[in-house]
Amino acid sequence: MLKCRIAWRKLAPLARASSTVCRQNVRRAGLTHGRLPAQAPVAHMSTGPTGGGRENQLYILLVGAACVGSGVYLYRTLRGDQTRYQERVDEIAARHQKVATEEIAAPTESEPPAVETTEAEVVPETEPQAEPAAEPSPEPIAELSPEEPSAPAPDAEAAAAPSDTTEPSPVAEEPVVQEPVVEAPAVEEPVVEAPVVEEPVVQEPVVGEPVVQEPVVEEPVVEAPVVEEPVVQEPVVEEPVVETPVVEAPVVEAPVVEAPAEEAAEPPAAPAVEEEPSPPSEPSPAELTEPAPAETEPVVESEPQAAAAAATESPAAEPPEPQPEVVAESVAESTPATPKVPSHTPYLLIGGGTASFAAARSIRARDPGAKVLIVTDEPDLPYMRPPLSKELWFSDDPSVTETLRFKQWNGKERSIYFQPASFYISPEELESAENGGVAVLTGKKVVHMDVRGNKVKLDDDTEISYNKCLIATGGVPRNLQVIERAGEEVMKKTTLFRKIEDFKSLDKVSRNIQSITIIGGGFLGSELACALGRKSHESGLEVIQMYPEKGNMGKVLPEYLSNWTTEKVKQEGVKIISEALVKSVNLKDDKLEILLKDGRLVKTDHLVAAVGLEPNVDLAKSAGLEVDSDFGGFRVNAELQARSNIWVAGDAACFYDIRLGRRRVEHHDHAVVSGRLAGENMTGANKPYWHQSMFWSDLGPDVGYEAIGIVDSSLPTVGVFAKATAKDTPKAATEKSGTGIRSESETEDTATSPVASSTPAPAMGAHKDDYGKGVIFYLRDKVVVGIILWNVFNRMPIARKIIKDGEEHADLNEVAKLFNIHED
Amino acid sequence: MSSERQEGKDRIIFVTREDHATPSSAELVEEDPDDPYEERGLILPNGEINWNCPCLGGMASGPCGTEFKEAFSCFHYSKEEVKGSECLEQFRSMQECMQRYPELYPQEDEKEPKEQSSETEQTSEDSASAERSGANSTAATEKDSNATQPNTESSVES
Repeated sequence: MLKCRIAWRKLAPLARASSTVCRQNVRRAGLTHGRLPAQAPVAHMSTGPTGGGRENQLYILLVGAACVGSGVYLYRTLRGDQTRYQERVDEIAARHQKVATEEIAAPTESEPPAVETTEAEVVPETEPQAEPAAEPSPEPIAELSPEEPSAPAPDAEAAAAPSDTTEPSPVAEEPVVQEPVVEAPAVEEPVVEAPVVEEPVVQEPVVGEPVVQEPVVEEPVVEAPVVEEPVVQEPVVEEPVVETPVVEAPVVEAPVVEAPAEEAAEPPAAPAVEEEPSPPSEPSPAELTEPAPAETEPVVESEPQAAAAAATESPAAEPPEPQPEVVAESVAESTPATPKVPSHTPYLLIGGGTASFAAARSIRARDPGAKVLIVTDEPDLPYMRPPLSKELWFSDDPSVTETLRFKQWNGKERSIYFQPASFYISPEELESAENGGVAVLTGKKVVHMDVRGNKVKLDDDTEISYNKCLIATGGVPRNLQVIERAGEEVMKKTTLFRKIEDFKSLDKVSRNIQSITIIGGGFLGSELACALGRKSHESGLEVIQMYPEKGNMGKVLPEYLSNWTTEKVKQEGVKIISEALVKSVNLKDDKLEILLKDGRLVKTDHLVAAVGLEPNVDLAKSAGLEVDSDFGGFRVNAELQARSNIWVAGDAACFYDIRLGRRRVEHHDHAVVSGRLAGENMTGANKPYWHQSMFWSDLGPDVGYEAIGIVDSSLPTVGVFAKATAKDTPKAATEKSGTGIRSESETEDTATSPVASSTPAPAMGAHKDDYGKGVIFYLRDKVVVGIILWNVFNRMPIARKIIKDGEEHADLNEVAKLFNIHED
Repeated sequence: MSSERQEGKDRIIFVTREDHATPSSAELVEEDPDDPYEERGLILPNGEINWNCPCLGGMASGPCGTEFKEAFSCFHYSKEEVKGSECLEQFRSMQECMQRYPELYPQEDEKEPKEQSSETEQTSEDSASAERSGANSTAATEKDSNATQPNTESSVES
């Protein structure tokens, strides 16, 4: 505008001037002697005599036009938005209706008006949104739902919903039944004949969906908007229940138990719920057009989630988002042939390892009737990892790779699986299970996480929504770059050891080769070396272990102990190559040639890389979760919480330890402790990580230790030792306690008399540097932050107490006295 | 006598039995019985049952978890002269449930002392569960007596 004005200002006078001058020139030309008069700018007043002035008029015209134009644009935009919003809301309401009607129809139970009143009360409480939604719904429904059988009348929808939902899900459980019952009254109240009509209609559908659809459509038309609202409420609640694997119990249960509380969540849920019945009734194609089901599905998706999470997001906001995603899911849902993945679960645990199982158990113990879904990409049920590198190798059973049962030294046998398959329920039954249960979905990987929508997406595009989620994805073994660069052939001869399948393949391989090399001198590497070394006595297998440190467990044990341990490992039959850095690996004559940086060459048949664990943080990006740069893993607080409804436990959690600071622990007991804590917090406990987890390692029958806290060899240490007797061996310890899982021995009552070890005392000699048994303290700023109990067992509570206190002790020998290391 | 030496940053002390005969002078911080952070045993400070106690193993979380909780709760709060005498119905339904899952709750005959000691054991969920699900009343009695010795260690994976 300003520019226009300036330009005009500048040009106008000139134009005028030139025209005037022209005229003047023309006149004067003849009269003067041809000299052009000076271009004296004609002075004009900005406003003419009338106060308008041509300039001004033009200016006003331009400005005015611009204003009008922008005004029109604004108006049109706002109008459009409003219409779209309205349509959306209506559509949602329409869906509610559908569900509600279905619900009501199904049970055909007549509830006393009392129920209705409650419903009505509850309904009004919830948001007014439902109401307006309900009202306009007849219209929008007509527009939006070619799919929804419950076309114009919201009532119809309500009726349709129940019928729809009841149909597809043969497992309509009590919750569902209850719901419809409740619904029915609600619906019946406003409209008398409609429900009646609907019900019969609904009954039929049990046989065929299309049939249901139609009646439903007809019915609703009659209903009045008043009915819609309660219906809306209901469907929300019921939908989840009714839906096949879709909307879960929580929604259902919630309404039953805390109807008023859930109200808010329900309307959003309702739309979702509505959707769900739709997909099941997809077969009733007659009314549903292609796009329609798709639409409803997305809505369903978003809805259940909204409901599940008790989200207060407006239905309007919710549906638009999930829409594209839901389509895929609805398709999956509608096919009855494929195993149904529940579309909603109150508790979702991603990862099927130790932490996940511990959390499942904790949730089930604290939340009666909880429904827990574990999703794992492994084909196995949850199992424990320590025996894979220890006990399973010592088994005499030739079929151990199949049974995966190990015999502990005291003769007791157990499986590595935490629980047999009969403990779990199948994912299909999860939603309908009366007392809840733990379901494991194997072979599926979670690839995307939508935190805002409280749902995850699997690798087969199925979506599962949740109320609370635990990420216990653990990690993947790290590999050496030189091995990766060496090519496919070398990779084929390399094992990255972690899972059951790795154990099986390594067991098979180790029987058929002459030489095996383990790269890595930590827990896993040393344990595998010892286990394979033991086997080598019979098979003649050459076992080589190489690592960059000076001795085994070089990063954990102080040097003198590390050296001592290395000697023990050598005695197990392992060839140790210390201070070895791998430069390259090549395949020559079907043998692997490992060239070390110092020039040494090692020839072997198979490699095992035990060089660490890379925490699995694939979901961090999509979920918007923080990843720790120092320790790796998801960054969580002291209560193991990453975000509102997301917790992380196990190897993947970088948590804040109140006593010891932020850290990430990769031990079995930590997975149990953190998994259990996460489960407690998911059920409302809000407890921080406080009970310090421990770990243990057995390097052969004579060397074993338990440890707790930060055990880092770079810290200054104080070790207090006594001479070991025959009774102080790991073997004796487990025989006493009856378990090979050392963390369990703490909680056991050792009522059975200790079995004296019959093996002769290890040839330790009277050497001064005989570290038979003792206690090693790790200090940080003079405070004990870590303790190793060296061949001293069942004293972990004392060690835990010392670390918990976090006191500065002047004389650690006095502290060591607390352990009674000379006694058994 | 004890001998000591220093290896770099690490100190090594060798002690004989006599060296450690005198009581320790190390001071430990007093325990707060009501500390909310601490792991609890079977019975919580407020008298309720801690269903998440590792000592229970998978009893409260398995397929028969609900029945188990009902039976044990009834027993725990029973004020009858013969404790738990009014809970026969719950125990019966619990046993019925457990019979449906023989793999999880094998019906083995266990001796009483062994039952008591291995109550907290989880070497094989089978035998442990079997003990607990065995004779209802004896199991109940044992549980009760065990309950009075709350376990403080709870890092049991089960």
